[in-house]
Amino acid sequence: MHVVYPAVVAALLFSIGVYGVLARRNTILVLMSVELMLNAVNLNLVAFDVWLRDALHSGQVLTLFVIVIAAAEVGIGLAIVLAVFRTRKAIELDRLRELGEP
Amino acid sequence: MSGVDFWPPSTLEVVFLLLGLVAVGSALLVVTTRQLVHAALWLVVCFGALAGCYLVLTAEFVAWVQVLIYVGAVVVLLLFGIMLTRAPIGRSDDLDSGNRVVAAVVAVATAGVLVSVVVGGFQHAYAELRPGAGSAEELGASIFRNWVLPFEALSVLLLAALIGAIVLSRTDIKGRR
Amino acid sequence: MIASLVVVLPFAGAVLGLLLSRYPHGRSPADNLAANKRAAWFGVVPTALSTALVGWLAWENTPSATTLTTIDTGGIAITVGLEVAELSVLTAMLVGVVALAVQVYSVGYMRGESRYPSFSAFISLFTSAMLLVVFAADLLVLYVGWEIMGLCSYLLVGHWWEEKANSRAAIKAFLVTRLGDVGFLFGIFVLGFAAGSFRIADIMAADIPEPTLILATLLLLAGVAGKSAQVPLHTWLPDAMAGPTPISALIHAATMVAAGIFVVARLYVLFPQPTLDVLGVAAAIGMLGAALAAFAQNDLKRVLAYSTISQLAYMAAALAGGARDAAVFHLVTHGAFKALLFLCAGAVIHHVGSNLLGHMGGLRRSMPVTFVTMTIGYAALVGLPPASGFFSKDAILYGLERSSSPIQLVLYGSALLTVGVTGAYATRAWLMTFFGTGKVQALPEPAPGTAHVFDGREAPLSMLWPMGVLAIPALLLGFTDAGEFHLAPAVTALAVALLGAAFVYVTWRGAPERDPARLLGAFRDPCEQAFYVDRLYAAVFVRPVLALARGVVRTDDDVVDGAVRGAGRATVGLSGLTRHLQNGNAQLYVTGVLAGVLLIAVGAVVLG
Repeated sequence: MHVVYPAVVAALLFSIGVYGVLARRNTILVLMSVELMLNAVNLNLVAFDVWLRDALHSGQVLTLFVIVIAAAEVGIGLAIVLAVFRTRKAIELDRLRELGEP
Repeated sequence: MSGVDFWPPSTLEVVFLLLGLVAVGSALLVVTTRQLVHAALWLVVCFGALAGCYLVLTAEFVAWVQVLIYVGAVVVLLLFGIMLTRAPIGRSDDLDSGNRVVAAVVAVATAGVLVSVVVGGFQHAYAELRPGAGSAEELGASIFRNWVLPFEALSVLLLAALIGAIVLSRTDIKGRR
Repeated sequence: MIASLVVVLPFAGAVLGLLLSRYPHGRSPADNLAANKRAAWFGVVPTALSTALVGWLAWENTPSATTLTTIDTGGIAITVGLEVAELSVLTAMLVGVVALAVQVYSVGYMRGESRYPSFSAFISLFTSAMLLVVFAADLLVLYVGWEIMGLCSYLLVGHWWEEKANSRAAIKAFLVTRLGDVGFLFGIFVLGFAAGSFRIADIMAADIPEPTLILATLLLLAGVAGKSAQVPLHTWLPDAMAGPTPISALIHAATMVAAGIFVVARLYVLFPQPTLDVLGVAAAIGMLGAALAAFAQNDLKRVLAYSTISQLAYMAAALAGGARDAAVFHLVTHGAFKALLFLCAGAVIHHVGSNLLGHMGGLRRSMPVTFVTMTIGYAALVGLPPASGFFSKDAILYGLERSSSPIQLVLYGSALLTVGVTGAYATRAWLMTFFGTGKVQALPEPAPGTAHVFDGREAPLSMLWPMGVLAIPALLLGFTDAGEFHLAPAVTALAVALLGAAFVYVTWRGAPERDPARLLGAFRDPCEQAFYVDRLYAAVFVRPVLALARGVVRTDDDVVDGAVRGAGRATVGLSGLTRHLQNGNAQLYVTGVLAGVLLIAVGAVVLG
């Protein structure tokens, strides 16, 4: 297996995730795009672990950790989204502009 | 560096490329679809294809964890989020912000940079696939021999995330003034 | 030592009058009255003491010089010192007597005026400055007094500044004399650096080359022309009539205008013939022109103002012709009778409530004292024996007759003609004020600046006293110098003056209600406008300067300020553009961050 194949797939997935984060209005869609980026990284970790034959299996172990952290992140992220929705009645990113100058 | 040619590709490579194509295609649909629920479902397809990729790369345990946690838990959570925020179920035309064109430019540039760097850096790298290298036994031994401390730290992190989520989502807990 | 007391006393009076008159502070009419009373004491007593001290100096009659202190400047040192000499004692006597008379007179004239304390304090300051000029032993000390006088004239002429015309007249007096003072200051510098000292005695003893001397004295002459209202810087004097009448008396008789003639007399040995010729030409033009202008004026005070210009030119002509003592003699007699005339005019104006000759007439019955004193003043002005002016004019004419000046003929002819015109305008003013039918009506409301309604009575005693006292020197001062009397010029002058007076009398007799100024015919309007000098100055100097000033203002407004404002506006505009980026949309921020990271990565790959 050429390492280029998983690496290119991962790069494309990551770019798609970037696009999703930057272009989507709905906060839940943005969270999905973040998951895509995390998965791109996971793919890379696994591929390089296989290629380098690491005795500690650090690539795959880290992939497992990332998956766990991603699950936690989604949980917290959704809790935040729901809190925002309760207070603002909106989860569109471009309507949450309190950061900007009036 | 090995002298293995790109052509003809091996069977495993063909399978991997097809799965990768499915993953990338469904990911594209996730970020472009006009229906919120469809995006979540396409995400399932994408994650499934990625799990297939892991299997091809002999990381079987990671693949099952991927299916269990991502497809089984994360996507379900996201679907709950969609429903709880009363998002429109049907087509909606305003899922993309005005930032789209700039976002596309940045994303294409990112892809260009990453792909060119990756191709430039690893075009001769070749990984010999060895079945069983990513089995549950091997990974379990590795985690509980070498990665115990990060594993425990991670369990504490999960606990903290659990409590945080509860605090954030319950309305009857008031902050201290 | 006594001389410094003489100078300091009125100054102290001024300081006390300014600081203490209104203590304790109050604004009620009773407080005003008390303040005026205190200010009157602060004004009169120091001046009286000072005059008495000058009298003692005159009686002692010993020239002396004191140096109080020397200011080390690193260059030529300035010696603060006073010098007592015959000329200075004589002039100081004139200053003291006139200032005292004016102080007493203004107690009555300014009765009830709320700004009387500052008024009397400024008169004291004015007197002190003139005395400093008179006694100064150092040119720079003299210049200090000279400039304080300029300031005081501004303050006092503009005393009724509520009216725009008055403050304009004050500014004009200040600016025109300032124009001359610039020359004066540079003249002092030239003399001081040429002689290596600013002490007048040193400068007179120094051997200064003729061209330097001519330059320096010509520069001094600019200041003299400004202060003594000589052509071409005379235009401020008629306008300065906007001030209260006592001030006119003070400025015209004793202080301001006398200072110029005094300085020339003081530094007379320094003046070379070319400078004196320049002075002579200006004087010859000035005396006749001003006398003609006086003849056509309708305002009593302006008549007297032009008369002052004419008489000062008379003294300047005497100086130019070499008759210094005659000039000083006329300075003193003129000081006495012109002060008297102004005080009488003040009484008349006070009484009638108007400055205009056309509003007066037939006042000899209602104002007998004023009538007598003013007649004495006019007699002295015209030069009728035995009044003082008769002797001093005689001395000047005698001096001019015998002068060795290259322009002797011009000076003498002009002086003789002026005598005639003087007789004419004095007679006209006298007749129109005191004879004919009374035209005075009670004014319903006092006009601003006159402050009094016609009440059909003679002026108050505090005004009559100074008039009576001043009438004595105006009448008798001539006899102090009667030993120098010369019959031939006296008879000539008397004949010419009487001829002028007779012309006017005959004209007036024919039609008492009409102005005798119609004698001038078509020439009357130019005379009334003082030969359009003001208009000429306005066209040649004032308007271009104003246009230039407007241009500068516009440049400042549009170019300098415009650049600043433009910079501000450009910054605000540009910030408005960049502000669009700061719109609170987190996605935009992330886009920027990622784009930046990409650029850095590309840069690292390409450059690294």
